[in-house]
Amino acid sequence: MQNDSAAVAPAADGNSAVDLASFQPRSQARKDPRWVRYLLVGTTYLVIGLLVAVPLAHVFFQAFSAGVGAYFQKLLGDKDTLHAIFLTLMVSPVAVAMNVVFGIAAAWAIARFEFPGRALLVSLIDLPMSISPVVAGLVFMLVLGLQSSLGQWLREHGWQIIFAPPGLVLATAFITFPLVARELVPLLEAEGADEEMAALSLGANGWAMFWRVTLPNLRWGLLYGIILCNARAMGEFGAVHVVSGRISGQTDTLPLRVEKLFQEYDIQGAFAAASVLTLVAILTLIGKSLLERKVHQG
Amino acid sequence: MRTITRRVLPGFGLTLGLSVTYLSLLVLIPLTACVVKSLDLTLEEFMRAAWSPRARAAYWLTFECALIAALINIVLGLVVSWTLVRYKFPFKTLIDALVDVPLALPTAVTGLVYASLYVKGGWLGQFLTPLGIEVAYTKLGIVLVLIFTGFPFVVRSVQPVLAELDSDEEEAAAVMGSSRWHTFRHVIFPHLLPPLLSGFTLAFARGVGEYGSVVFISSNMPFKTEIAAVLIVSRLEEFAYREAAAVAVVMLGFSFVLLVLISLAERWSQPHAK
Repeated sequence: MQNDSAAVAPAADGNSAVDLASFQPRSQARKDPRWVRYLLVGTTYLVIGLLVAVPLAHVFFQAFSAGVGAYFQKLLGDKDTLHAIFLTLMVSPVAVAMNVVFGIAAAWAIARFEFPGRALLVSLIDLPMSISPVVAGLVFMLVLGLQSSLGQWLREHGWQIIFAPPGLVLATAFITFPLVARELVPLLEAEGADEEMAALSLGANGWAMFWRVTLPNLRWGLLYGIILCNARAMGEFGAVHVVSGRISGQTDTLPLRVEKLFQEYDIQGAFAAASVLTLVAILTLIGKSLLERKVHQG
Repeated sequence: MRTITRRVLPGFGLTLGLSVTYLSLLVLIPLTACVVKSLDLTLEEFMRAAWSPRARAAYWLTFECALIAALINIVLGLVVSWTLVRYKFPFKTLIDALVDVPLALPTAVTGLVYASLYVKGGWLGQFLTPLGIEVAYTKLGIVLVLIFTGFPFVVRSVQPVLAELDSDEEEAAAVMGSSRWHTFRHVIFPHLLPPLLSGFTLAFARGVGEYGSVVFISSNMPFKTEIAAVLIVSRLEEFAYREAAAVAVVMLGFSFVLLVLISLAERWSQPHAK
C-alpha cells in the first residue's frame, strides 16, 4: 500500500501526498529515480547481509549445531576453555581500570588547562590506535622478555611479566589506551568549567569538586568509554598472542583459546568459545546505542 | 578563559603528571626501546632482516590487500551511508546497528567465522568453489576480512556529513536543469570527498596492522599469503627477536606516515573544528 502511493507520488502534487514525505527527504529535487533507490537499498541489504548478518548467524548456528547440551559441554566441560574465560574476566577489568584513571586525568589536564605540548599530548594519545597489535605485543616482549636485561632483572626478583598475566594486562592496556580518554576530552571541553568554579567558590576542595561535580557530569560518557574499552580488551588478539606464550590453562585468553581449538580441529568448541565473545560484542553495541542518546543529550 | 582557570582550578600538576607518566611508561618508552633494539644490528644485518625477499613480499602483500580492501570500502561505504541517510526501508535501524559490528567483534571471531563460511563445504564456499572462486586460504580471503574490518570507518565518516548536507545547492542544481547524476557528481560528491578520504585512510591503516582475522583465513605461506604481522610472529617463534624487531620498525615507520596522513585528512574534512 505504501509502495503504491510512493510510486504514484511523482505524478501527484508534492503537498498532498503525505506518505511521500515519509519516503523521501523534503523535496522532489533531492529524490533519486526509483531504480536507483531499489538498486542501492538492495546493495545495502546484500553488503550488510553477507558481510555481517550471515557471519553473526553462523557463529550461533555452529555453536549450537549439536544441541544446547553439547554446547554447554564444550564451553563449561572443557577445563582450558573455562580457565580462558576466567583469565579474560581477570585481565580486561584491570586494563580498563588503568585506562579509566589515565583517561580521567588526561581529560582534566587537556580540557581544562592550556599548556605547552598540549597538542602533542593529544596526538600521542591516539598513537596506539595506528600501531599494529602484533608490533605492540612485540614491543613489550623486547623490553620485558627474558632476553632483555630488564626482563632478567625482574625475573631474578621473582617477577614474571611476559608469558604471564601481567604481560597480558600491559598489552591489552596498550591497545585500548586511547579509548576512554577519547570519549572524555570532548565531553569535558563541552561541559565548561562553570559548575566546577561555582563549587570551588562555595568552598569545596578539589576532591569534593571532583566527586560531586566533575565525575557526575561525566558519568554517561565514562560508562560509554568503559563499554567500548572493555569490548576491545576482551577481544584483543594480536598483542596478547605475542606476549602470552599460549600455555593452555595458564596464559590463554578466550580469543587465544578460539584459535587453539580451531588449530586442533575442534570447530564446535572454537565456535562455542567464539559465541561468548560474540555475545559480549552484541551486548556492547546495544549498550552503546542506549548510551549514545544520553551522552549526546549532554 | 583557560588562563584564568589555570590559577583557580586544582589538579593541573597531578593530572598532567599522571597522564605523561602513564603515557611514557606504557607507550613511549617501550616503543623507543623497540627501535633501539633493532639498532643493535649493523645496517647490513638490519637490511638483511627487514628487507629480505620474504619480508618485501610480506610488506607488498599487506599493503596491496589493505589498499584493495580500503578502495572497495569507499564504494560500499558510500552506498550504505547514502541509503541510511536518504531512504526509508524495512529494518533500517537494524542495518544501521549492524554497521558497527566489525568494530566490536573480536578479530579472532571474525577470522574463525569467515574461514568456516568460505571453505569448500562452508555455507558460502559451497557456491563459490564450483565457480572457481577460492576464498579461504587465499589472498582473496585476506581482502575479504579486511573489507569487513574496515567498512564501518568509511560509513561512520561519511554518514554525518551526508546527513548535515545543506539541501539548497542540490535543489538549485535541480531547478537549473541538472540531471540527478550530474548533481551528484558535481554538487554532492565534492562535499563527500574529505570524509571518504578520511574513512579510507582509517580503514587502510586498520587493514595494514590487522592480524587476528587474517591469520585464520590465510594459509600464511611465505611469499604467497604471509602478511607482515604474520612474518613478525613467525620470526618470534624462531626466537629471532632482532629480526622481528627490524620488521616491526619498518611497520612502525609506515604507521607513523599513515598517522600523519590521517590527521591531515581529518583536518581537511573538519575545517571548522579548531
